Amino acid sequence: MSGVARKIRFQDARVEMAHGAGGKASRRLIDGLFAPILFGPSWEPLGDAARVDVGGARLALTTDSFVVHPLRFPGGSIGELAVNGTVNDLAVSGARAVAMVAGYVLEAGLPTEILEAEIRAMAGAAARAGVTIAGGDTKVVEHGKADGMYITTSAVGRVIPDLEISPARVRVGDQVILSGPIGDHGITILLARGELDFEAELRSDTRSVLPLVEALARAAGGAVHWMRDPTRGGVATALNELSLDCGLAIAAEEERIPVRDAVRGACELLGLDPLHIANEGQLIAVVARDSAEAAVAALRETPGGEYASIFGEVIAHPAGAVVVKSAYGGSRIVDMLVGDPLPRIC
Amino acid sequence: MKYVDEFRRPELIGKAREEIRRLIDPSRHYRFMEVCGGHTHAIYRFGLKDLLPRNIELVHGPGCPVCVLPMGRIDDGLALARQPEVIFTAFGDMMRVPGTHGSPLEQKARGVDVRIVYSPADALKIAEANPDRHVLFFAIGFETTAPSTALTLKRARERGIGNFSVFCNHVTIIPAIRAILDSPDMRIDAFIGPGHVSTVIGCRPYEWIARNEKKPIVVSGFEPLDILQAVAMLLRQLRNGEAKVENQYGRVVPWEGNRSALKALAEVFELRPYFEWRGLGFISQSALRIRDEYAEWDAERRFTVPGVRVTDPKAAQCGEVLKGVLQPAQCKLFGKECTPEHPIGALMVSSEGSCAAYYTFEHRKAAVGAP
Repeated sequence: MSGVARKIRFQDARVEMAHGAGGKASRRLIDGLFAPILFGPSWEPLGDAARVDVGGARLALTTDSFVVHPLRFPGGSIGELAVNGTVNDLAVSGARAVAMVAGYVLEAGLPTEILEAEIRAMAGAAARAGVTIAGGDTKVVEHGKADGMYITTSAVGRVIPDLEISPARVRVGDQVILSGPIGDHGITILLARGELDFEAELRSDTRSVLPLVEALARAAGGAVHWMRDPTRGGVATALNELSLDCGLAIAAEEERIPVRDAVRGACELLGLDPLHIANEGQLIAVVARDSAEAAVAALRETPGGEYASIFGEVIAHPAGAVVVKSAYGGSRIVDMLVGDPLPRIC
Repeated sequence: MKYVDEFRRPELIGKAREEIRRLIDPSRHYRFMEVCGGHTHAIYRFGLKDLLPRNIELVHGPGCPVCVLPMGRIDDGLALARQPEVIFTAFGDMMRVPGTHGSPLEQKARGVDVRIVYSPADALKIAEANPDRHVLFFAIGFETTAPSTALTLKRARERGIGNFSVFCNHVTIIPAIRAILDSPDMRIDAFIGPGHVSTVIGCRPYEWIARNEKKPIVVSGFEPLDILQAVAMLLRQLRNGEAKVENQYGRVVPWEGNRSALKALAEVFELRPYFEWRGLGFISQSALRIRDEYAEWDAERRFTVPGVRVTDPKAAQCGEVLKGVLQPAQCKLFGKECTPEHPIGALMVSSEGSCAAYYTFEHRKAAVGAP
């Protein structure tokens, strides 16, 4: 894509919720408006973190904002998400988070008790992930303007030497690996909002995926070609982005995608596809065929990776698309999510 | 997972496919209409076209409640939603359906109080929790969802909840099928009958199709095995020169329907003399309105409804697609001006709409050539 001046292609008159949902509209906004203005003509497909070399040190830099309702949910809270999410963006870019700064937008009237709980949640998550929270900033806005609190975290990480993560390295025949069951976080949040009158035994999977990345680096090193943590927009969106960025296709086998029964059940009832549901503690890795089994074995020995499995393969056609095959012989194209997943009733 | 996995087992699917191969006449072309949007979605979601012989063409019918709702009704509902005291509630299905000035979701993003509910009873709960606001439930759906609206209205009356009303867009399936059959360009050999609707109305209301129109109809479930079995049953009838109503979905659909649901419908609703369907035009006695006894909870009588009428964009061929005359990709706007992100016709909005289902699951497969 380099060498050609890039035009602003974003035509929407105003920002809609869909532009923030992590799917197609988000990508159009980034590719069509941000990238051409900020990154100019030489531009690589955007990963989860930017790479910078400072005085010979290879570093990675990323930032992420967290807006979640409710602030606390089974298995986690906004504070934990804010640390893990940014640690994970660096991890799947092949970097170990070293230091983090955080910005807080707080709503007037927020009980101190809740704020303290989130600060503690951040401290705990940072300790577990081995990252130092080195500074921060606080702003307060009027009541009713920030859903309680918003958090932005930015972090710098050191590149893990053996890893070279880029869609350009993905080849036909590479195997696609998931670290564990998908959809836990998104369905947990949907149910925690209390708008749907049913319950399930589910917890958010929010965690640092760095141990999983390190296990992959040890077991497969340079054979790991691409990684992504499938957050908003789910596995489907992450794989579609990969297929567009590498110009190849992904064939997934439905029955090899790990999904808990509670998530499947909720998705069947609500007319949702688990592939579109957000995760906060899983990763997708594309690994050269010869090293794939070893990579899965290493993931399975790492906490959080017990259910890792190979669920797909990189193929040549249909380029830019993701095909999911069922055990009984049917196949379908799985697109990026359009907007947020909404329950389907009638 | 129970009631799901056993209907997706490869060996059973294999058997159903063998049965289809045994019954099919390879020298003829078959056009089967699946009436229900749930079937359309399932057919694409499960990739069933890959499993059927090429000479069976599945034609998508009008049974997608969101798709057949004219834009004017959405504009009317959203006009009420913009009144400051109103909390607008609707199923998730409605949220992305475009009105003239944006969808309910876009209105929500601009500060209109729009909330997604999973059932009308949840809307009533919101009314009870917000006595100083008025909660409007934008009701859509065929006989599948109408009983829960009816029961909610009964409960509102019993409890005397005055700050709640229903903007009723419930429609009935039989007149829509009749309109399809009356259409001069209709070429359908048989019908896959709706599953969820039939849990309420049963199988009897379809008997005239078999009797008068000499078209076989099989009421079907929504799993891959269900739909393949229904196709096999239709093929068997056609091979034997029969035309009757059969029930493949017996585990859920009683032949006589659900009497208590039908009773609730009759108590609360009556037929409208006529109602506008998107793509199909005005169809007489094809929709429900709220009876006088429940007028207090009828948003159309409680508020002044603008009564907006919007003609569909000329280039969009939703009507032809709804009637099964065109396949989604044959519409001039398909995949160009009209995509799930920027839907022009409602068929591109709901995941049960045949255009959205085709766009999402199929068309790139066809365009690029599946592996």
